[in-house]
Amino acid sequence: MAEQYRLEMKGIKKTFPGVKALDGVNLRVRPGTVHALMGENGAGKSTLMKCLFGIYKMDEGEVYIDGVKTEIANPDDALHKGLAMVHQELQPIPARSIAENMYLGRYPLKKYGPFKVVDHAKMYSEAEKWLKDVKMTFNPRAQLGTLSIGQMQSVEIAKAVSQSANLVILDEPTSSLTDNEVEALFRIIRDLKSRGVSMIYISHKMAEIRQISDDITIMRDGTYVGTWEMGDISDDEIVRQMVGRELTNVYPPKDDYRTEETVLKVSHLSSIHKNSFQDCSFELKRGEILGFGGLVGAQRTELMEAIFGMRHIESGEVEVLGQPVHIKAPQDAIASSVGMITEDRRGNGIFGCLSIDDNTAIASYKNYTHMGKISKGEVDKVVKESIAKLKIKTPSGKTLIQSLSGGNQQKVIIARWLANNPDILIMDEPTRGIDVGAKYEIYQIMIELVKQGKSIIMISSEMPELIGMSNRILVMCSGHITGEVEGEDATQEKIMAFATKFDLSGSAVNESTGEV
Amino acid sequence: MTSKKFNLTDFLINNGIIIVLVILAFATGILQPTFFSMGNATNIAMNVAPRFIIACGVSGCLITKGTDLSAGRMVGLAACLAGTLLQKPDYSGKFYADLPDFGGMWGLWVLAVLGICILVCCVFGFINGIVISYLQVPAFIGTLGMQLIVYGVCLVYTNATPIGGYHNMYTGVAKGKFLGIIPYLFLIAIAVGLFMWFLYNMTPHGKYMYAIGGNEQSAEVSGVNTKRTKIIIYMTAAAMYALGGFLVGAKSGGSSVNMGQGWELEAIAACTIGGVSVNGGIGRISGVFIGVLVFEILKTCLQYLGVDTNYQYIAQGIVIVVAIALDIRKYIAKK
Repeated sequence: MAEQYRLEMKGIKKTFPGVKALDGVNLRVRPGTVHALMGENGAGKSTLMKCLFGIYKMDEGEVYIDGVKTEIANPDDALHKGLAMVHQELQPIPARSIAENMYLGRYPLKKYGPFKVVDHAKMYSEAEKWLKDVKMTFNPRAQLGTLSIGQMQSVEIAKAVSQSANLVILDEPTSSLTDNEVEALFRIIRDLKSRGVSMIYISHKMAEIRQISDDITIMRDGTYVGTWEMGDISDDEIVRQMVGRELTNVYPPKDDYRTEETVLKVSHLSSIHKNSFQDCSFELKRGEILGFGGLVGAQRTELMEAIFGMRHIESGEVEVLGQPVHIKAPQDAIASSVGMITEDRRGNGIFGCLSIDDNTAIASYKNYTHMGKISKGEVDKVVKESIAKLKIKTPSGKTLIQSLSGGNQQKVIIARWLANNPDILIMDEPTRGIDVGAKYEIYQIMIELVKQGKSIIMISSEMPELIGMSNRILVMCSGHITGEVEGEDATQEKIMAFATKFDLSGSAVNESTGEV
Repeated sequence: MTSKKFNLTDFLINNGIIIVLVILAFATGILQPTFFSMGNATNIAMNVAPRFIIACGVSGCLITKGTDLSAGRMVGLAACLAGTLLQKPDYSGKFYADLPDFGGMWGLWVLAVLGICILVCCVFGFINGIVISYLQVPAFIGTLGMQLIVYGVCLVYTNATPIGGYHNMYTGVAKGKFLGIIPYLFLIAIAVGLFMWFLYNMTPHGKYMYAIGGNEQSAEVSGVNTKRTKIIIYMTAAAMYALGGFLVGAKSGGSSVNMGQGWELEAIAACTIGGVSVNGGIGRISGVFIGVLVFEILKTCLQYLGVDTNYQYIAQGIVIVVAIALDIRKYIAKK
């Protein structure tokens, strides 16, 4: 093709300490087309875009815009070169007006005597014009916070257009949109396309990609897999290209320790929020490692947090050890012999400024308290035992947890829950941000636990981990449980197929309802 | 682990305020030799005692990233409440003209009044806790409202009249000395200090408090009843203000609605100087004691040096800002 590309990225390489995030990635976007960028969680899509916008500095590689070699220093520079990005998580200022959000950092100014003041009249009229341009008829003086997420996204796009961007990147734009909003967004996209604007469309939703994109580039594990025209590649082929890698991780050998006893039964659990988990039912057996797979945003974490009493439920029942329970707060869950290791270790896991002792014992202090006084001896004993048993690398229990590595912090949190001796342990992304050696140790701990008759629910976005560790895998998509795979039969393709089981409207197709 | 090597800059930043005040104290002692006298030491001890008790109360709120601006007004309310109930039977301007003479039972009545003061303040503390934990009003705003409410209650109750003519069993609490040497006031403060130290370091409640300050979400996930813990903290704090107010009333032998005004800020400042982090999760009772002591010595030094009262406020303000700036520096250095 002798065609000139709007954007061409060649051989992009980026290494983070210990990780090769991008290894020779190429991307070529034709003018006036929508280019889908696909890949699993962690394939490097976001990193690639961050390199493009100068948020990360690439180690190697070249960027051409309209055939001219360019270097982009920072997001502001990218804007000047006609690149704009609509972020997955919008960062607007909801309390200010639409126009102010659109012109943030570049307010039109006018002279007022010796001063320069914001030219409000101009700002509002221009904003209105650009909004009309994307067929949006909002009052630019309205508070941004009064709009829906979808409308805010349209405002973001209007903002991009007003900056005369000719390449707009849409990062999972439909993840929180309703059907009508998706339709509206697609109208805007088609309109921009007809005016020669190119777009990079990052999404996991196959049906959408099919509907809106012209070309597709697939990435896998930070490498470039290939670029196709949409017409030349089938859905199955896309999935195969996305996941087609060897299982490189090594998992400890595991036997099936499952028994017939059901320790946890969840029936028709629904969130109070419509776009969160709905009508989820499953059972957990004693001695089972039950994996939960799905894409980011499938509401797996939300479901677990609801079971643990951190979120409100609209309807549904939970039974623990055969008894119906009403868990309203984490302390109820703990009393029902459930423990939870959260996904966001820093945000709601560790107490950075406290010692390993305190971090370990915080959920079980009641057990060591006699006549209102904590027995330091008992705490010391428990902590010493867990340091030895879980091989936590630390000089002593008095060390602050924040000085430990991620893997050791995670082990301390596991120790915290084991101190309560729960029957059920929910582990949300237990090995995120942990090096390979520590991962293996955490897998060993998990197997040791099920051997002792405990049961584990593991959410993981790393498919090899999910397949390598689980006795059984449930897959979620858009808040619904869309499939179940036995551990032995699990393949990445099967899981991926369930995980992307959206219907066109963006919500999941639920095949296995009532099956559990 | 950070290296244990001695670093002079860090040492100066961590202890800057205390070092400056030790120097100031010695300078004052050289210029005014009476500064280092038993009389002055007793005087400082008597001033430190109630303030330390009040600061102990506030420290719990600060450690959980909260604050309590109603402290000073609760001190005033407790002082007024105690005053009206503990006047001499033969005093002409009695608040309750019908208040009976308790005769030999005065000792018990003084204790009972202390109980009443604590009870009343605890009710307000409980409301503070409910507003902050269940209604999720920021502590700064919630307790600011309570500050006004308590002041109003105190005005309504006393009708803004000053109260005096205390029974000597009451004033004796402050003026008396154990074995004629150690003021009771000081002993009470030490007892409170020990109690609070125990509460903070040896009980689950204390551990939960530090956990909430360190990371409230983690605490919640770990099954800590954060709401109940906070309510207990604000109630304990209120009990401390009540005790403090009761003692201040006894010490000054009279009280008015203006008693305790602005003391919450002094207590917060003292806590911060003593290393209670405004970012939550960090703070020790020993530090609170040092903070109060340092602040009181600063005031005494300025008096001894003959600094105009008006300028003393400026000096105190500077100390507060510098102390907090240094505290923040410690936090930044950790990143």
